[in-house]
Parts: sequence; structure tokens; C-alpha cells
Amino acid sequence: MIKTDHVLDAKGLACPMPIVKTKKTMKDLEAGVVLEIQATDKGSKADIKAWADKVGHQYLGTVEEGEVLKHYLRKASDSETESEKNHPNIISNDELADKLSDDNITIVDVREPAEYAFSHVPNAVSLPLGEMEDRMSELTSDKQIYVICRTGTRSDLAAQKLADSGYDVINVVPGMSEWTGPTTSSL
Amino acid sequence: MDLKQTQASEVASKVINKQDLFILDVRNEEAYGDWKIEGESITSMNVPYFDLIDGVEDLLPELPKDKEILVVCAKEGSSIFVGEELVEAGVENVSYLSGGMKAWSEYLEPVKVGDLPGGALYQFVRIGKGCLSYMIESNGEAAVVDASRMIENYTTFTENKGLTIKATMDTHLHADHISGGKALADQVNGTYYLPEEDAGEVTFPFTALKENNKMVIGEVTIEPIYSPGHTIGSTSLMINDAYLLTGDILFVESIGRPDLAGKAEDWVLDLRTTLYNRYKEMAGELTVLPAHFSKVAELGDTGVVSAKLEELYEKNDGLNVEEEAEFRRMVTENLPPQPNAYQEIRETNMGKITPNEETRREMEIGPNRCAVN
Repeated sequence: MIKTDHVLDAKGLACPMPIVKTKKTMKDLEAGVVLEIQATDKGSKADIKAWADKVGHQYLGTVEEGEVLKHYLRKASDSETESEKNHPNIISNDELADKLSDDNITIVDVREPAEYAFSHVPNAVSLPLGEMEDRMSELTSDKQIYVICRTGTRSDLAAQKLADSGYDVINVVPGMSEWTGPTTSSL
Repeated sequence: MDLKQTQASEVASKVINKQDLFILDVRNEEAYGDWKIEGESITSMNVPYFDLIDGVEDLLPELPKDKEILVVCAKEGSSIFVGEELVEAGVENVSYLSGGMKAWSEYLEPVKVGDLPGGALYQFVRIGKGCLSYMIESNGEAAVVDASRMIENYTTFTENKGLTIKATMDTHLHADHISGGKALADQVNGTYYLPEEDAGEVTFPFTALKENNKMVIGEVTIEPIYSPGHTIGSTSLMINDAYLLTGDILFVESIGRPDLAGKAEDWVLDLRTTLYNRYKEMAGELTVLPAHFSKVAELGDTGVVSAKLEELYEKNDGLNVEEEAEFRRMVTENLPPQPNAYQEIRETNMGKITPNEETRREMEIGPNRCAVN
């Protein structure tokens, strides 16, 4: 089970309806949230991906459960790639890749659970930005924390929150969008 | 005006008769790039339906005013959706392809190749996928060669003509389409022939298609000729010393590829021997009938794909490579992508897996890609 904010039931609908409904649903969602689209039309997978790539939404992946295809989309948000990073301590993807076997660090993936589920750095723990304030206490303060997201923006906000609470935290830039090191999925 | 419906058979007849048709293909760009309806008289344009959900206004100036417009998608739902938008916007002469590219992929056009004693030879042109199958009929008996999965095409044909199918045969274990040979033979209580060398992993009973084991259909003799290269078992069929069914070894504009079973290096020499020795010794006036075509331009005036053997030795590049090393490069390097789901298709044809109808269709989507160029 992948946790999502919104679910669209397009089961039993033939093409073009799964995309017509997805488009309508996405329009009313806030930027950055994840939509799970349940469909039975096999062609919906290639089409949803092609459509999302074209309009700029993030296609996370598809899980097949019996006859049902569950597609995961994250609504585009312009601010992610453009905004400046404020947290001063940063590290590059490559530098983090060299530290993966270091027991004295914690890698915290602050993307949405669905993004994390399809692909993340091995050993990274999932703690979505939106839940950071409530769940911050789950992190031990005796280890250095590396926060990672897709492009470095959400992790910048997370890093600021963590630093304000006294954690030793470093932002990974740019993050998963250009990550070439090992990954794992938790599907 | 209402949105009209066009059948795959009508599109096939336009392609064969070179009648103008404008196609608006609303599938995604990747699907269109991979495979589309083609023909000398066909113009097509790709705009995915998901770009047209909010309206077709931007598209209108790009559509021809004086041509029939056919909207095409994968199945038909999206083409109806876009077609209705066009009709509403006042566009005339719009129809959608009934059953979409699935129906196009599955449509077979039977065309007569020529007469045989007591009957005739027919080619079944699977125009959307580039596959060719054959029926030999004589004195009420028939044999089907390289049958497609849609076996009702052959049974309808034989019922109309009052024929009984005695045998079905595959020239090799196919990797690009699911064979209907076994299913058709079972349905009509006929014999299914397959080359033994290709059948090592086949899980059902069959009769070996073997050189020197001639078969007789009415007054017509079918003579198997061992001609390996595309697969180790590839066997050609000589029909009454007049027609040579070459399977996937020799096509009109190209030659077969040896790599679809993962044995390119091993089979290159077999392919060369077949093409440069075995076939070369045969009579030049034989009519070559392949199991595939790659371009619609290969279809003759009546839709038949064929050529004289001597003509091919003049014009087909694959038969005119003097150096063996150069030949090896040609058939093992820079090959086109392998056909969609070719491993699963081979396993289905061996009886190792039995996917459902929907999955079989999906597996066959796309071009055949059995030739080297």
C-alpha cells in the first residue's frame, strides 16, 4: 500500500476517460500532492506517462494489482526548480554516494511516500516534509542527518526546520532527480 | 453531420487501390512513432488525444479541407471522442477506425496469387503488421501456411468456398506473431506441421515438416526444402515447382535476420548457405512468396507481395553481398529493434505459456521486424 493524498477511481473506464478524469482531478489539486489513479484500461499506463511528461506533472510509476493498474502522479510545482536554497550546509549527490556505508549518518528522504516507494537511496528513511514537525522526534540527534528530495527545494525547507530544532543537518543537492547511485524500492 | 465509422477492410482497400486518405492518429507519440497505418496514398498526422481534451480549435487549420479524415487510436474510444469534437466543430467527412489499431493489426486481406491444378494459391495479407500467410486449395482440399492467430479468417474463407483444411504448417517457429497453425489444425482435425529443429521445446504433438516428405493437397504437391538461417529449422515450401514459400528467410526487399532466438553468430553461415547456394541452384522463374513485407510499397496492384527469384538475385541487396565478412556484419550488426514481446511470442508458439486473448493481442502490437533492414 502506497500512502497518497488523493485517489481517483477510473476502473472499468475505457480510453480516453481515465485521462479525461485525471486531467480534471489534477486541476483542482494543490501543487506537490500525489494522486493515485486506479484504472483497468491497459493502455492508460503509456498514455498517463506521456501526458504527464508533456504537461510537467511527475509520473512516479505504476503498480499492478490483479486487473487494476494503480498509476501515481505528483502535481507539478514551478517553485521547486527555481527557488533558491537557504540552508547553508549542502553536499552533492556524488559526495553522498561515497558516504552510503557510513553508520554515523541518517539519510532522510522528505519526498511524498509514493515518490519514496518507487525509488530511493538504500537505507534512507521516509519522512515527508509535510509530516516533519510532528515526526521530527523520531530522528536521533547524535547522528548527522542528510536530507534529500527530488530537486533540493523541499529538503532545503526540511533542513531549515531541523537546524532550528538543533539537528546537525546537511541538504543533498540536487537530489533524486539526478541521482545515479544505487537505489531500492519499497513496493 | 454524424461521425461515421470506417472498417479496417475499407482502409485496406484504400491502401491497396492507392486512394487518398488523411489519418489523424490520436495515440501517444511513442505508439505512433513505433507503428502506424502507412501507404502511398495515405497522409497521416499525430496529435495525442490528451492534447485535444479541451477542444480541437487549434487543430482545425491543420486539417485538409478536401479529403476524407479518418481518426485512429489504439482501440477506438479516443478516436470517437476526438471525432465527435471535430464533427461538432463543423468538420466534414470525418470517420473513426472501428476497433482502432487493434482491428488494423488483425485484419487479413485474402488475395489470389495464381491458379493451381484443381484450385488456386491465395495470400492472406496482414496489412497492418506486414505478415503474409497462405492457402493452397485444390479439389476441395486446402492447406494453410504460416497461419495467423485469427484463424476464423481461414475457416470463413474455406466455408464460403466449400473447402476442407487438411493440413496447416509453419515454415519456422515464429517470434513476431502468434501462430494459428496448431489451433486451426485442431479445429478442423487436420495435421499440424512444424520443422523439428525448431520444436525442441514445443510442448504439444506435431508432425515434422521435413525435406523429402512431400505433401499432397488435391492435385497439388507441397515439397519442404530445408533452408535454415532465420531459425535453425526454417523450411521453405515448393508448391508444384512454380511457387517458393520462403518464410522469414528471403523477402522481396530484404533478407531474414538470424538473431531472434539469440543465435545470430551461429546461424549466419546457415543463412548464407541457404541464400547463396541452396536458393541459387533453383529455377529463376520461381515465384517467391515470403512470410513478411516491410513496406506497403511492396504490395503489387492486386495487393500480392511476390517476386521472381531471378529478379531478387538482381535487385535484393541481401543477395548481392560478395564478402562473407560483410554479409556477417549486415545480418548481425545495426539490426532494427527486436519485435515487441518476441520471447513471450516464441514461448506461446511452443505451448509453454498460454496467455489470454487480450494479452495475445497486446503481445503482437507493432511491426514485425523480422528483416535485417
